[in-house]
Amino acid sequence: MKRVALEGSIAVAEAVKQANVDVIAAYPITPQTHIVEKLSEIVASGELDAEFVPVESEHSALSVCIGASACGARAFTATSGPGLALMAEIVFIASSMRLPMVMVLCNRTLSAPLSIWNDHSDAMLVRDSGWIQVFVNSAQEAYDHVFLGYRISEDHRVLIPYMIHMDGFFLTHAIEPVELVDQELIDRFLPPYKPLYRLDPSDPVTMGAFVMPDQYAEVKKAQDEALKSSYQVILEVWEKWGELTGRFYRPVEGFYLEDAEYAFLSVGSYGEVAQEAVEFLRGKGKKVGLLKLRLWRPFPFEELRKALRGVKALLVIDRAICPGGPGGPVALEVRSAFYQMDGPRVVDFIVGIAGRDTTPEDYVKMFEMAPELLEKGPENYVFYGVKE
Amino acid sequence: MKELEKIRFTRKNLPREEYFFPGHRGCQGCGEALALRLAMKALGKDTIVASATGCIEIISSPFPETAWGVPWIHVAFENTAAVISGVEAALKVLTRKGRIPEKRIFCVGVAGDGGTADIGLQALSGALERGHDILYLCFDNEAYMNTGIQRSSATPFGAWTTTSPPGKKAKGQMTWKKNLPEIAIAHNIPYVATASPAYPYDLMNKVRRGAEIKGPAYVHIFSPCPTGWRCPSNLSIEVARLAVETGVFPLFEVIEGKWRINQPKGELKPVEDYLKLQGRFRHLDEETIKFIQKRVTEEWEKLKKKASLFPYEE
Amino acid sequence: MKLSWREIKPGAVITEPGSSRKLRTGDWRSERPVVDKEKCNKCGMCYIFCPEGAIHENEEGYFESDLYYCKGCGLCAHECPQKAIKMVPEG
Repeated sequence: MKRVALEGSIAVAEAVKQANVDVIAAYPITPQTHIVEKLSEIVASGELDAEFVPVESEHSALSVCIGASACGARAFTATSGPGLALMAEIVFIASSMRLPMVMVLCNRTLSAPLSIWNDHSDAMLVRDSGWIQVFVNSAQEAYDHVFLGYRISEDHRVLIPYMIHMDGFFLTHAIEPVELVDQELIDRFLPPYKPLYRLDPSDPVTMGAFVMPDQYAEVKKAQDEALKSSYQVILEVWEKWGELTGRFYRPVEGFYLEDAEYAFLSVGSYGEVAQEAVEFLRGKGKKVGLLKLRLWRPFPFEELRKALRGVKALLVIDRAICPGGPGGPVALEVRSAFYQMDGPRVVDFIVGIAGRDTTPEDYVKMFEMAPELLEKGPENYVFYGVKE
Repeated sequence: MKELEKIRFTRKNLPREEYFFPGHRGCQGCGEALALRLAMKALGKDTIVASATGCIEIISSPFPETAWGVPWIHVAFENTAAVISGVEAALKVLTRKGRIPEKRIFCVGVAGDGGTADIGLQALSGALERGHDILYLCFDNEAYMNTGIQRSSATPFGAWTTTSPPGKKAKGQMTWKKNLPEIAIAHNIPYVATASPAYPYDLMNKVRRGAEIKGPAYVHIFSPCPTGWRCPSNLSIEVARLAVETGVFPLFEVIEGKWRINQPKGELKPVEDYLKLQGRFRHLDEETIKFIQKRVTEEWEKLKKKASLFPYEE
Repeated sequence: MKLSWREIKPGAVITEPGSSRKLRTGDWRSERPVVDKEKCNKCGMCYIFCPEGAIHENEEGYFESDLYYCKGCGLCAHECPQKAIKMVPEG
């Protein structure tokens, strides 16, 4: 194990190299560019034997990955915001064709207006795409999840592509300490990809047939069941990784929740800042905690409910909006998780749209705003910090 | 890698195996299905095909049945060239890494005129520029036939389609057919050719040659559609022959930038011989037919000039 | 025959190549090709021009249309250089 200071994007590129990826399809878009730049260097230098395919659009990037995965190759791509939006047609297809691959989504806000900065509007666009989705909180996590992603998605019990949401700039461009895992351990943890079906003239298959209404629902149900049941494999593989590296990832991670009356719920790196605020408030004797939601799809209903037992009010930090709808996407999901059950009341804060920064003071302010907002009712959400 | 023996098809060695099987849902007399059947004979079993959404994809893959005898993948409408690029990249690296045995497998993209000239043009251009070892076959039935005969940029001048109907204010398709072979040639790829199922051995040899050549190859295949062109189902081949004989769809190859015209010898027949067989041209007035004839003759002269400037010498 | 969601292979992959051969497209036709063996010179152009691939060479070297698949398009008859094939109405 080597501990180095790495930019988040470089850590991802290192992981792709160590995962012995076969095909990398890449179209540059801020803030993903450092990943693909580093990868092209890694391939050009011979450090990684892979085909680097500089495609002419994001739509083609994922299409190349599909073609490659269908032939039994380990494929990787990364994109952000508007690039994901262009790619979206194919995102849904990759998962419904049950083709393993890993994509890092460097979260960036969707246009318009044009902005290169970070929020989760791009992630929410593909919320229902059928991919396994995780939100990472650090460069180390992003690095680790590349290996986890391939191991899980290639498992024959799963065969679902794996999306790693990584906050643009905050995680992609920040330099953090990262522990690089020894190649020998990686090779044991992640053997070469053995596809269940592949395009092979010695055993011809047809992939992507059209399906009529009398059979389509069965295909979709099979897909939904596969995503739900992948939960077990995810837990199993994350546990194994913990045994190997000491880093145990769980679908949700709680801090100070045992006796918390109020709790923040965060998705992605903003939770790191909220954590500081929670520590500060605890110092002041406030019964407040934090839940970091890591596994987004399949949604960890049971673990979420268990972790939040006893919490009276949940302050959700939403990094995207549902215009004209009842709130931010994460708040909606969490409210659903507790529907017709005993659970916390949810206060929905829309925070950090297009990369607007927050400080621990902001979370303290939100904590102070919460009681009044609880009076207002569930359809209310607050754009925190917006100039009126 | 051992060099493939270059196969040239004649009556004597016409392959009897089918890789595009009967039971497909193509219309009676479908020129596209025939052209595809012949192309697959030329390619043989060591082929992987990526198809666009369209007639070929729909008639050949009604779950749970498939008409394909080779590995086949359909993903979407506009990304055939990107998907087959991914296949090619995968085979390349997996062979290099020793994970699959070293074997020449043809990577073939199959798309219609809509999926190539319009929505698929970007992906095609990208794939050709990147120089993948692929063969791209455009089966041109001159409209979006699968969705009900709507116009594409490959619809010929004057043709009726459901979105270019003649009327008081319009005369049918009012733009000239987009020249896809020229676009492919502009990418400086090793092989570009046009083919027609009325010349089956020529078609098979061009498909084979495109597959064998290292690097990107593009073959544009004229695919008569009796349903959309409004002609009897038994005239598909005659129409495909007349298209060549009138110069509407000339047969030529461009090999490493050098031109070779494969037209049958003799003067070009008048375009009217070709147009009058098809209901989609029934509304044309004399003025429009004259215009079409003039333009076809001009294009033919241009083609001959280019071929004389950069002739292919064996 | 509808498959249950458990029976469908991941991604609705079809593992039996050429399974389309189950469909009797011969039901579509209203005319059927009939070969005059006197005129036929076994050139095989009908075999080449059949969009279905339904025409086969028999032991004698003549080419016959497999009526299970023949859609009756008439291309073989129209293209036969010897005019040896006639399209005859069905039923």
